[in-house]
Amino acid sequence: MDVSMFLSVIIGAIFINNFILSKFLGLCSFIGISKETKPALYMGVSATFVTTCASIITWAIYNFILVPCHIEYLRTISFILVIASFVQLVEMVIKKFSRTLYRTLGIYLPLITVNCAVLGVAVLNSEMFFKPGINTLTSFALSALQGFCVGLGYILVMLFMSGIRERLELCDIPASFKDAPIAFIIASLMSMAFMGFSGFRF
Amino acid sequence: MLIPILTMSIMGLLFGLGLAYASKIFKVEMDPKIDMIMHALPGANCGACGMAGCASLAEAIVAGKAEITSCAPGGQEVCDKIAGILGVGAKVKQKKTARVRCNGGKRSADKYVYQGLGKCSAVNLLAGGNKECRFGCLGFGDCVQVCSFDAIHLNENDIPVVSADKCTACGKCVQACPKKIIILGKADDKVYVKCLSRDKGTVVKSICPVGCIGCKICEKLSGGVFIVENNLSRVDYSKAKTDTPWQTVIEKCPVKCIVKDN
Repeated sequence: MDVSMFLSVIIGAIFINNFILSKFLGLCSFIGISKETKPALYMGVSATFVTTCASIITWAIYNFILVPCHIEYLRTISFILVIASFVQLVEMVIKKFSRTLYRTLGIYLPLITVNCAVLGVAVLNSEMFFKPGINTLTSFALSALQGFCVGLGYILVMLFMSGIRERLELCDIPASFKDAPIAFIIASLMSMAFMGFSGFRF
Repeated sequence: MLIPILTMSIMGLLFGLGLAYASKIFKVEMDPKIDMIMHALPGANCGACGMAGCASLAEAIVAGKAEITSCAPGGQEVCDKIAGILGVGAKVKQKKTARVRCNGGKRSADKYVYQGLGKCSAVNLLAGGNKECRFGCLGFGDCVQVCSFDAIHLNENDIPVVSADKCTACGKCVQACPKKIIILGKADDKVYVKCLSRDKGTVVKSICPVGCIGCKICEKLSGGVFIVENNLSRVDYSKAKTDTPWQTVIEKCPVKCIVKDN
């Protein structure tokens, strides 16, 4: 249990290894839902919720099912299974108990089910923390924290991008660059800017 | 070989059963009327009613939170259908139409020469537009572009003109106009003041030949149906009587900014 380890996970997940701009995960929702700030924020919040919960659940699955049965190599397919059913369950629960929340998040939850960022964070957790030498509780705390911070990094970049694209609506862009192409160009510029963080050492 | 197959199948089975069970527990009872109204609505999800889409409007109508006349593009026909589903008496829909409350356009003076993107929203970002009049139409036709019904066009003075027969009062142009000069009015209230300038009469005179100067001639002639506030005349339709001398007022207005739609 080292505080500096937690700190490096936080900074690492948000900035240095930002899922969108450094690991290129979750790009479809990043391009698709970043046209306006409000949906982008909702999508970010839902994604954060799912990455956090998915980290916790996959930790349980890995440690209590895959490791005892010695089938660690099946982690990808079992993680997909878990995440997909979990998101379905969450959708049902939200629909039952809060209509307002369902209406705001409703469309984004199915999108998150198949979002590679969610699977990405689960796999990354298992590679970084689920190994001998790190005790189970610490790996639980670290993976939950990493899941949450990956979500924060996702929100951050979604807000940047949607802010820029809202301003872009009012710019005179050559016809061939309109919409997606200019979005990719901006994404690449932002990605290069985020490379600056990779020089951080802890 | 057996263990992985078994584990994965059991996991899949468990999740599947769990989800099936959960869908029973968390089942949401829906009012069948919502579905029926949903089908009666046009289904364009245009948002003219102020809701997120046709589904939310259907819910709101059943919950009693919205009027059955809320769907503007649907018109009387949809209103009647919904009334039939809900079993309430049909309401006569008060038809509304968009009105452009500026008549200056090319005739009003420019503040600077604008060479940027030809959009009202863009020029409005530069010191509130290139017109001396800070209330008036910018004339790039953002309203024309958003209209889904081809009901609004620019005339020779770059002022938008609404064709009342095509306009469904969906309110998209009202939202698109950065100067907020388009309003939704009842189709029956045909006479209105085609200016929104609250500048003093002398200022208006110097920058626009057709702007309201607040001279109060209309107020006197109409016996209080027209009200002049903040150097701007407006019509109080609730005070209008059958013998209100609309035609005289229109003719006597010195700048001809009171108009009648036909």
